[in-house]
Amino acid sequence: MEFFERFAVPHPSPAIYASMVVIGLSVIAIIAGLTYFKKWGYLWREWLTTVDHKRIGLMYLISALLMLFRGGVDAIMMRAQLSAPDNKLLDAQHYNEIFTTHGVVMIIFMAMPFIFAFMNYVVPLQIGARDVAFPRLNAISFWLFFMGAMLFNISFVLGGSPDAGWTSYFPLAGTEFSESVGTNYYMIAIQISGLGSLMTGINMITTIIKMRAPGMTLMKMPMFTWSTLVANLIIVTVFPVLTVALTMGTMDRLFATNFFTSTNGGMDMLWANLFWVWGHPEVYILILPAFGIYSEIISTFSSKNLYGYKSMVASMVIISVLSCLVWAHHFFTMGQGAAANSFFSITTMAIAVPTGVKIFNWLFTMWKGKIRFTVPMLYSVGFIPLFTIGGVTGVMLAMSAADYQYHNTMFLVAHFHNTIIPGVVFAMLAGLTYYWPKMFGFMLNERIGKWTFWLLSIGFVLAFFPMYITGLDGQARRMYTYSEATGFGALNMLSFVGAGIMAIAFALIVYNVYYSIRYSPRNIGSDPWDARTLEWATNTPVPEYNFAVTPQVNSIQPFWDSKKKGHVLFPAKLDKIHMPNNSGMPFILCSIFFVWGFSFVFAIWPLVILSTIGIFACLALRSFEKDHGRYISVEEIIETEEKTGGAKL
Amino acid sequence: MKLDHSQPLEYSTGQNNLNIFGFWIFLGAEIMLFATLFTSYFTLEHRTGSGPTGAEIFEITPVLIETILLLTSSFVIGLGIHAMRLGKQKAMISFFAITLLLGLAFLGVEIYEFVHYVHIGAGLQTSAFTAILLTTLGTHGLHVTFGLFWGLAIILQVKKCGLTPETANKSFIFSLYWHFLDVVWIFIFSFIYLKGMM
Ligand code: HEM
Ligand SMILES: [Cu+2]
Repeated sequence: MEFFERFAVPHPSPAIYASMVVIGLSVIAIIAGLTYFKKWGYLWREWLTTVDHKRIGLMYLISALLMLFRGGVDAIMMRAQLSAPDNKLLDAQHYNEIFTTHGVVMIIFMAMPFIFAFMNYVVPLQIGARDVAFPRLNAISFWLFFMGAMLFNISFVLGGSPDAGWTSYFPLAGTEFSESVGTNYYMIAIQISGLGSLMTGINMITTIIKMRAPGMTLMKMPMFTWSTLVANLIIVTVFPVLTVALTMGTMDRLFATNFFTSTNGGMDMLWANLFWVWGHPEVYILILPAFGIYSEIISTFSSKNLYGYKSMVASMVIISVLSCLVWAHHFFTMGQGAAANSFFSITTMAIAVPTGVKIFNWLFTMWKGKIRFTVPMLYSVGFIPLFTIGGVTGVMLAMSAADYQYHNTMFLVAHFHNTIIPGVVFAMLAGLTYYWPKMFGFMLNERIGKWTFWLLSIGFVLAFFPMYITGLDGQARRMYTYSEATGFGALNMLSFVGAGIMAIAFALIVYNVYYSIRYSPRNIGSDPWDARTLEWATNTPVPEYNFAVTPQVNSIQPFWDSKKKGHVLFPAKLDKIHMPNNSGMPFILCSIFFVWGFSFVFAIWPLVILSTIGIFACLALRSFEKDHGRYISVEEIIETEEKTGGAKL
Repeated sequence: MKLDHSQPLEYSTGQNNLNIFGFWIFLGAEIMLFATLFTSYFTLEHRTGSGPTGAEIFEITPVLIETILLLTSSFVIGLGIHAMRLGKQKAMISFFAITLLLGLAFLGVEIYEFVHYVHIGAGLQTSAFTAILLTTLGTHGLHVTFGLFWGLAIILQVKKCGLTPETANKSFIFSLYWHFLDVVWIFIFSFIYLKGMM
């Protein structure tokens, strides 16, 4: 009995019991459904074992959307709790757990897989490659992320959620103040999915540097590919820092070491520093690919070449360097002295310069263009002013002396949502709408899409702009309630209404998918947006080998040139194509990782040892395996090309 | 698989090139990993709480032995790769085997060193200093341990399949890894032990 007690939730509530029931029922429903429709074989052959970058991209996409809804429910609960003074909907403990899981889920398990979805799906197509450099490693990356996400998400029904904030500052996150296993989940789930991110970084850099189509020099790469390259360079640079920080945190919690404690020489500020040395670049890992997507979309729908290509690239590179030199702006108030604060103030403000350059480049791209206001373009146009406001408030926060006033108030919360929602989330939704026809062969409904955009924008402004005011007035973040006398009630109610409108907008997205599956026409060809880059030169649905013949590139918009200037995209003749085989190893390996993580969280050491052996056994088997892939014959290629919309030769 | 005979075996296919390039990036990440450990070490170095300081526990003899063992092993694996380039499979396997044996000996001394530390009251939980010391050394030690198994797997494969583009590629990448561990050790030797003993 004692063994099982540790799995009990320390602060149960009816909502948690209800979730347990719902989770149990959904699992049963999924298993029953798969069995009834005899889909187990299909699931295993086509998805669980796939190494195809496009399918992996889609799996990232689905996971990200699921996590968006998980994080969204957290958000609504928080706003509901704060909507009125002295509200009793949630108690302090549950509020703590919810803002913690909201932050972690949204950054690590929603935004990251969302950008990985686009990187995986789009980059190999944009550079005219057959797949990424290491297809099987790519599958391992995905499954590591997925298992990390699952591990994190079971925390609230098994053992309790983390409650020390997504930043998990010590000593609060230490065992003294966070007794439940919640923070163990934080440390280990993020560790597992972080390993996946690191491998994606290695994979993407190698792919982009080494596998571009002939003629595509670095300075002819599409902007999204450039942004992916830069973001992955940041990943490889800073994720190891997180690895170390999480390891030390785990050791403090499970092995009673003294890295971040307040005794025996421990130093809590070391955690804060390490966390933000990763954490600040992390927000740029998210925003740079978003910038890349906006660049593609704005150029396509302005029917113009991207303005200032070189300065776009240069500003991204400068941002990536600066982003690693600003981390202390997250704790100006924590005592590092005037000199250090001034340094970090200046570097932080400096980031606004290359960011501003990009904003002007987008504006100049639209200048005198024939603009088509499609849904992706609406998001991109809405992004520019809204994100600029977020950047400006960022510069306000960057003034270290002034930051003493609004650090850790709702002003900060407003700032980063003001950058992340119009920046990252809008880009993801724009990208989703833009690439949807490439992924699935039909368009999302434009009318519903426009409603979604407007609701989301209005909801966003209503939800977050009031926080700038309450923040300046002194409403602290992460407080589960406030008194009537503060006068914050009305503005918080407004925020709640805004959050509700955003929730409706997200529900509309689901409806749009349903509606479009039923009613959208399917005969849209492979280039429905009249686009400019290589990913649109493939057939739809994209054959597994992407391009029957490797394309020849002449400029940053080879596909446009082939349509308008008679550039010959596919000069070579058909030849058999080498492809990697599917493999069940990534899925099995990462399932063992899940067991490893789970037993680590609960300190079940025999199982930890067993699963560690399992992990190494998988690696050894892989090393001895002989798998040279397979060839697709010319006949098969011709057949596939005909089926998917005519040979592009 | 297209073979490019103007290149050494380990670079002769497209995939081989990708593997080596990817591994260099991975080593970049490893550099960041150890850089973070070193930075943390320097931060916590003097935060010894009630535990011993570095100067009190470091001993030069085992550390010198470890250094010599690891440096030699790095040299020997270089000879192994040289033999591989000349197509001398037997010599290469012997050199790789010697490398691993030296690595094993290194590990033996390191384990002795750890036991010694714990014995004289410098365990993992003693202070922030001992925790970061043992974690940094331990991370390097775990890398060496992993390398031993990996190297063994490679020797077995070269024995079984001979020197193919694939096995040559794996061996070469393994040698990069091994040299890297050696470089990290040099930093550990200089900035943890020597600096600590001064
Ligand atoms: C011009 C650009 C930007 C500047 C100058 C800036 C500046 C700052 C500063 C100074 C803080 C710390 C404030 C405090 O704690 O008191 C901060 C927090 C934050 N920023 Fe920004 N920022 C910028 C852009 C962005 C972007 C693009 C993102 C994300 C995509 C972002 C996400 C965040 C997050 C998540 C936090 C705080 C997280 C937390 O404490 O929980 N920022 N920013
Ligand atoms: Cu920051």
